Order: sequence, then C-alpha cells, then structure tokens
Amino acid sequence: MSPLDIASWALILVGSFACVTAGLGLIRLPDFFCRSHAGGIMDSLGMGCLFAGMALQTSSPLVLVKLFFIYAFVLLTGPAAIHALARAALHAGLKPQLGNRAGGDSSTR
Amino acid sequence: MFAVAMIAVLVTMSLALARALLGPTVYDRILAVNSFGTAAILFIAVLGYLTARPEFLDIALVYALINYIGTIAVLKFFKFGDLGHADDAEDTL
Repeated sequence: MSPLDIASWALILVGSFACVTAGLGLIRLPDFFCRSHAGGIMDSLGMGCLFAGMALQTSSPLVLVKLFFIYAFVLLTGPAAIHALARAALHAGLKPQLGNRAGGDSSTR
Repeated sequence: MFAVAMIAVLVTMSLALARALLGPTVYDRILAVNSFGTAAILFIAVLGYLTARPEFLDIALVYALINYIGTIAVLKFFKFGDLGHADDAEDTL
C-alpha cells in the first residue's frame, strides 16, 4: 500500500461517510430548511473528497482536468440551486420551524 | 477501494429516494431529486473508475449540467405557473 493508496483510501472513506451523512440528514432532519443543509453537504464535501480520492488514483492529466471541471461546476451551482430552492419555498409561504416547540409537524405550511 | 464508494453512493441514492417519496412538501421532493442527481454523478464517476473507462466522466459532466438546469426549471415552473410564454420576452426568474 503506497502512501498514495493510503491517502486515496482515506479520502474515499471520508467522502463516503459525508455522502451517507447527507443521505441520513435528508431523512432525519425535522424541517425542509434543515434538510436543504443536508443537500448542500452532498455537493460540497461528499463530492469533493470522493473526487480527490479518485484524482490521486489517476495517471492521465485528461481525467484530472475532467474531475476538476465536474467538481468546480457542481461546487458552484449545487448550493446555488439549493439556495434558489429555499428562496422559492420561503416565497411560496413555507415557514421555517423556529423556536423549540416540543412536538408539532415538521412543516408549518 | 471504489466498492466502498459505490456502496455509499447507492445508500445515499436510496435515502434520497425515500425522502422524495415521503417528503411532505413539494420542495422536499425537489431537494431529494437534486440530491439524487448529485449521487447519480458520483455513481457514474465511480463506475467509470471501477470499469477503468475514463470516458464515463464526460457523461458525469453532462449529467451535472442537466441536473442543475432541471432543478432551476422546476423552480421556475412552480414560481410562475409555467415555463414562460411567447409574448412577454422580459419574463425574469
């Protein structure tokens, strides 16, 4: 196991953990606006670590450039799309669940 | 090594689908589909690495573009009721 393999192993494990965390966050977080945070984790950390782990494994520069472009595009537009989604939800009247009410339904439409 | 990434991406896809099915509001569903699209990009990239075919990354790039456009199109549809008409050209998002 060369140090390069160990580094990419570590990055891929962190990226996989971030992806599964984002998936769990989508399921378990109580409110839509909390869940949009989980969506953001996928675009930034999950993809970043996985692609970095993959970049260490490649030898051809063409694949490196492609990986960089995919990640740069998703990093710029992923959170922007989720921000637009949250603005649209707020504009349509979906109120975030503020304060620490004991129970209550997740979305106060 | 990439099998771990593949399993994680598949788990994330199923969780995003579960959120899409039981999401109370329509915005949860859009968010779930957006996350599913990102997981699909990862899936294509990891599959490209597993089968040692670098051209899969082009497919992942195109998918990233389409995923973004799809999310914004659905948002515009919900905000204005339709995707714009022929007569008013200055319709803004």
